[in-house]
Amino acid sequence: MSDLSLPAPSRRSLSLHDTKVRGIFYQLLLAGSLLALALGIGMQTASNMRVRGIPLSFDFWNESAGFDINQTLIPYDALSTYGQAFWVGVVNTLYVSFLAILLATLLGFVIGVARLSSNWIVSKVATAYVELVRNVPLLLQLLFWYNAVLKPLPAPKASIAIPGGIYLNNRGLIIPEIQLHSGAGLVGLAFVTALSCCVALWFRARSVQRRTGKQLPVLLVSLATLIGFPLVVFLAAGEPVSFVAPQLRGFNFQGGHQLYPEFAALLIGLSVYTASYIAEIVRSGIQAVPKGQTEAAYALGLAPGKTLRLVVVPQALRIIIPPLTSQYLNLIKNSSLAVFIGYPDLVQIFAGTVLNQTGAAVQVMAITLSVYLIISLATSSAMNACNRHFAIVER
Amino acid sequence: MRSTFKGLLALAIACTTSSVWSATLDNVKKNGVLTCGTNSATAGFSLPDNEGKWTGFVVDYCRAVAAAVLGDAQKVKFIPLTPKDRFTALQSGEIDILAHNATWTSSRDTSLGILFAGTYFYDGQGFMVRKADNITSAKGLEGASICVTQGTTTELNLADYFRSQSIKYTTVGFADEEAVVKAYEEGRCDVLSADTSTLNASRLRMAKPDDSIVLPELISKEPLGPAVRQGDDQWLNVAKWTLYVMVAAEENGVTSKNVDAMKSSDNPSIRRLLGVDGSIGKDIGLGDDWPVQVIKQVGNYGEVFDHNIGKDSPLKMERGMNALWNKGGVQYAPPIR
Repeated sequence: MSDLSLPAPSRRSLSLHDTKVRGIFYQLLLAGSLLALALGIGMQTASNMRVRGIPLSFDFWNESAGFDINQTLIPYDALSTYGQAFWVGVVNTLYVSFLAILLATLLGFVIGVARLSSNWIVSKVATAYVELVRNVPLLLQLLFWYNAVLKPLPAPKASIAIPGGIYLNNRGLIIPEIQLHSGAGLVGLAFVTALSCCVALWFRARSVQRRTGKQLPVLLVSLATLIGFPLVVFLAAGEPVSFVAPQLRGFNFQGGHQLYPEFAALLIGLSVYTASYIAEIVRSGIQAVPKGQTEAAYALGLAPGKTLRLVVVPQALRIIIPPLTSQYLNLIKNSSLAVFIGYPDLVQIFAGTVLNQTGAAVQVMAITLSVYLIISLATSSAMNACNRHFAIVER
Repeated sequence: MRSTFKGLLALAIACTTSSVWSATLDNVKKNGVLTCGTNSATAGFSLPDNEGKWTGFVVDYCRAVAAAVLGDAQKVKFIPLTPKDRFTALQSGEIDILAHNATWTSSRDTSLGILFAGTYFYDGQGFMVRKADNITSAKGLEGASICVTQGTTTELNLADYFRSQSIKYTTVGFADEEAVVKAYEEGRCDVLSADTSTLNASRLRMAKPDDSIVLPELISKEPLGPAVRQGDDQWLNVAKWTLYVMVAAEENGVTSKNVDAMKSSDNPSIRRLLGVDGSIGKDIGLGDDWPVQVIKQVGNYGEVFDHNIGKDSPLKMERGMNALWNKGGVQYAPPIR
């Protein structure tokens, strides 16, 4: 009997002998079992916690934390809630990671370019830096910066005085407090005006160069404007910004802003360590640009600096950015080593003290993991966007 | 592919099998070893000696529990824990009993899934400062940097105390005690704050112990005691009465030296304590002579105190509040009958 109403392909697609169908079936099976596994673990955890009398709730979030944190960028005191302590941790983690990424990138680019320098000493020093720093575990480096470099600084009473009311001791770096008086806004306004003028100048210089090929002294004029104009306004307004030098009273300096050694050690350690990897990425990126590009630029009469800036680096960036992203992600995750040198980051505050005071281990760890995941995914997508921007546009 | 799936299924089933937490006593007996969580390094309380053998006040409490349950004070596996990890280790079943310098508080008793079984050391939080700073009272600590161990009641007491006194201060917190003491010694902090027991123990480990003094103020009540998981009353009883038996033994003058002779004593409370009369063993699920084993192998409360932290030890701590109730202290065991 022939069944002509059923089209042949659809019958074949229902068969288990079809590789495509089988593929989908196994995919579904795998996804289903993974989901069942996750559900099973979750339910088991919940039931175990119930059996042991540990509440699986987030009520602790709004309870008063009762402990102090020495470095906060957002308002916090012992009467604040565990939720606020969490945000202090998140902000502190972001703060140190952001600054460390900036420093590591700057340092990494300089070292990476220096490794390719034709100057023997410069390139060897850069190579030595990379090999030394890259091959020592990060935790040891952090402990080195903290215990061997920053803690042995003199006690507050024997502080190293740096001209300008700055003091350095084993409690950190204390800088004068900036006090704004009436008229300070004018100085700020002057600065913003100067900045806008510079941007306008830069655009104009670019169009002049495109039309005539002439170059205007942009850098010199910009610097003069940026410093000169606000300075004139500052003097004219009767010096409305003053600096109050910190005073040694009792145990330590009072007044002024303090940069803690725990923060400094973490920032230096993370930057120096990650810079060694970035240097290698930059070096390999630059070397991956065909030598013909440099030669062609020289043949056109471009100076070496301009060749690097306008010809080599833009092409190298395409190669550099993807591995650079993983270094940034590593740096953010490595910042959790803060716990060993007493910097109050997310892990120390939230997965440390808060976990311990509340006993809500499962909830706290789940939140902490999610925060790192979110920060990493956000960084990664920002870098991907950056990568698309620099990617070759096919015409 | 199929075998992978089977593996996953097996794993899923394994994960959903409920574990029983109620029979710690049976588990310890079955394993033949007591797993005890202690401080990682606090001189006098819990510290491995140069042969790697654990010694100290809380260590001896664990040995007493092992002697009671297994008849052998040496059958203990010690797991050193930081203050940060100690309650999680107990909650998760990694250890059978927590004998740490942990303070008994209402929130720990009610929200962590654990129960404290008593108080083996009545303590209070104090301050250690350098003599050279000429500080005589905690009220003179304005602007000081204070080193503390994270995840302890210390951090909370500091915040409470200084807020009530309107004194500004800065905390520098580390996860383990050794880092805290090191930071104080190296001058990162002006003050070391902890329970006085810990302060005295830390001082022993310092390079120049005489350069520091402990201020007279105690800013908190810190009853330190052993803890067990909730939901296992039998095990809670073992933990509780092991401690009480040690205290009762001191009260009745029973020591590790005379315990065998005391078995033939006419004193009814000694006869009940040593299991000669009554049923101290059967009801709790232990052998009849368990108190004898505890006292013989480890000692009574006073012996353990003097040997580890009291007059016969380098710490030379006073009995103070930890003297028996009839000698001016608050150590008191409910009647054994």
